[in-house]
Amino acid sequence: MREGYLIALAGNQNSGKTTLFNCLTGSNQHVGNFPGVTVEKKEGRIRAHKDAVVVDLPGIYSLSPYTSEEVVTRDFVLKEHPDVILNIVDATNIERNLYLSLQLMELGIPMVMALNMMDEVRASGNVIHVDVLSEHLGIPVIPISAGKNEGIADLIDQLMKTAQGGKMPAKMDFCSGEVHKAIHSIAHIIEDQAKEAGYPTRFAATKLVEGDEPMEKALRLTDNQCHIIEHVVQEMEANLQTDREAALADMRYTYIEAVCQDCVVKHQETKEQIRSEQIDRVLTHKYAGIPIFLLVMLLIFWLTFSVLGAPLQKLLESGISWFSGWLSSSLSQAHVSEWLQSLLINGVCAGVGSVLSFLPIIVLLFFFLSLLEDSGYMARVAFVMDKLLRKIGLSGRSFVPMLIGFGCSVPAIMATRTLSSERDRKMTIILTPFMSCSAKLPIYGMITAAFFPRHGALVMIGLYVLGILVAIGSGFLLKSTAFKGNPVPFVMELPAYRLPTVKSVLLHMWEKAKDFIHRAFTIIFIASIAIWFLQSMDWSLNMVTDSADSILASIGSLIAPIFTPLGFSDWRASTALITGLTAKETVVSTLTVLTGAANDLQLSTALGAIFPTPASALAFLTFTILYMPCVAAFAATKREMGSWKEALLTALYQTAAAYGVAVLVFFVARVLM
Amino acid sequence: MTLDSLKPGQGGIIVSVGGEGALRRRLLDMGLTPKTRVFVRKVAPMGDPIELYLRSYVLTIRREDAAKIEIREELGK
Repeated sequence: MREGYLIALAGNQNSGKTTLFNCLTGSNQHVGNFPGVTVEKKEGRIRAHKDAVVVDLPGIYSLSPYTSEEVVTRDFVLKEHPDVILNIVDATNIERNLYLSLQLMELGIPMVMALNMMDEVRASGNVIHVDVLSEHLGIPVIPISAGKNEGIADLIDQLMKTAQGGKMPAKMDFCSGEVHKAIHSIAHIIEDQAKEAGYPTRFAATKLVEGDEPMEKALRLTDNQCHIIEHVVQEMEANLQTDREAALADMRYTYIEAVCQDCVVKHQETKEQIRSEQIDRVLTHKYAGIPIFLLVMLLIFWLTFSVLGAPLQKLLESGISWFSGWLSSSLSQAHVSEWLQSLLINGVCAGVGSVLSFLPIIVLLFFFLSLLEDSGYMARVAFVMDKLLRKIGLSGRSFVPMLIGFGCSVPAIMATRTLSSERDRKMTIILTPFMSCSAKLPIYGMITAAFFPRHGALVMIGLYVLGILVAIGSGFLLKSTAFKGNPVPFVMELPAYRLPTVKSVLLHMWEKAKDFIHRAFTIIFIASIAIWFLQSMDWSLNMVTDSADSILASIGSLIAPIFTPLGFSDWRASTALITGLTAKETVVSTLTVLTGAANDLQLSTALGAIFPTPASALAFLTFTILYMPCVAAFAATKREMGSWKEALLTALYQTAAAYGVAVLVFFVARVLM
Repeated sequence: MTLDSLKPGQGGIIVSVGGEGALRRRLLDMGLTPKTRVFVRKVAPMGDPIELYLRSYVLTIRREDAAKIEIREELGK
């Protein structure tokens, strides 16, 4: 037995679930994944009742076996046996929200319903008779308005009462006629097996009528039982002249319509719904919709990277360099050994510092992203851009994360968290780094200055387009191999526009910043030390004075021949590609150091020696922008994919694709140039 | 006739929902069940997907999926 209470928070997307969760728990949250899937799991303790843990389950519309989010929810409730299910329902959209409630009630767990957005219902002159609703459903219903923090205290009281009392939903039959008959005769047949497998009989029977395969397997039915069940269901289908899935959906909605008839008095749409329709006349306008979206994104990029981000980044950089200088002088005063000084200054401070300086950009991007998401605009973007991404097996939802990829892959990969299907999330994570990020700009600058001084812009645009083409090609490839099978259908709600709450936006930013800082001091910290070690030591573990003698240089020489098909085999190029893993712009500094160039002109001349032809320089540039992203982005990939194996496979795929495309570019360029 | 053939502003009553597996279940779960009244509100700038209004909320689905929903036309709003 666990101590304290476990509360499972379940509800539709856009029902205000996250806002309610934040209301209940404050900043007292822990974010992780459900085991085995990349579905986010948030946990927190109720502020006034530290013994009550709330788990925020994914936003879902049903308990079908088709999406990992729905399966996770159902497994969590059935296996963890929470003391209470807290079901949040959007009162302005009550019919569709109650559809999930009816399914949750079958799970045989005490349940409390939080009827959210009641302020909007009241403001528009509509009425919901909460007591009548509660009586119909047989569970306590508490009207709240999570955005305004109304009704939360009542809700917590009720949750505690229900958790202590353990009162089940008053057994209600939502079904009538043929469906009723079928569910009850099947319940009778499987009762023992359901108990043995730990499922509520009623839930198991309903799922069997629906033709739910996981349930069929879990109950270990005999052939004979399967046969009888099939017969019962077929008889129901014949009598209703419809199929099993439609029959059950219809039964639930029919019941809901009857309940709403009794307790909902709706004169008109809410103000928010009317306002949303008006806003959409502009934002999803036939001609203005796409330009407005592009302007919004441009504004976000401009604010993030130039207006606000750049000064903050400069400030942080000077802070880090001040710290590093202070550390350096204190270390030499204390006569700390030279290698340790170098490790701390050139390894840790330089490595972690360069990654940490991206923090303002990431926090700012997430500030804007949560505004887009919480206001409801993100769903409109998906609506407007869906057609473009559909061909590569994704939906419009992936568009914004991919676009963010042109700024920085790290927040782009982290932003995939809001995608509603696991498959889309993973595919987007793999494709996003092909969008050329801002850290690659110095590399463009270096190579074009040396080899294509008059066609710099053309080469740059060409490579941006190439990155997009590789992403599209990869989309086609992944769609028909690793991500074969039906994509999650694009059937998406367009929620009413709402003002994001300050609390939600701040919590979201804080959570992402914390996540990034955590990674900077773990995986990025270790990677920085490793690269420093390879760069500063020779094989007999003595510090080197000339970096050409380092372990890294010899590894560079060792792998150099791999790049012969790309037209270059100089060890300095391959070494730069290795150090580029810490941060892509490091490629430039490594090449500068290794060639001993004192200025840009010398660097250009030296690069001429490393890359014998412009074609090989172009192949190098192609490989550099496409191969696996920097360690910070890799760490984000690992975090979002949830497994080392999948993150490594992703990196391997990206590097292989980069290699193949670079060989091709070299070949074509040699013919043309 | 099918749902994708309606123009913005037109509505109808669902007769049957086709498709299979995850798609069909999702359509039903979102409330596109037989006898439900549904309106087409808008078409996305690139001509697809379409925006629907049903059960007092707004839903978007793709044309190819809307083509699997059989409806009875009902004029006006």
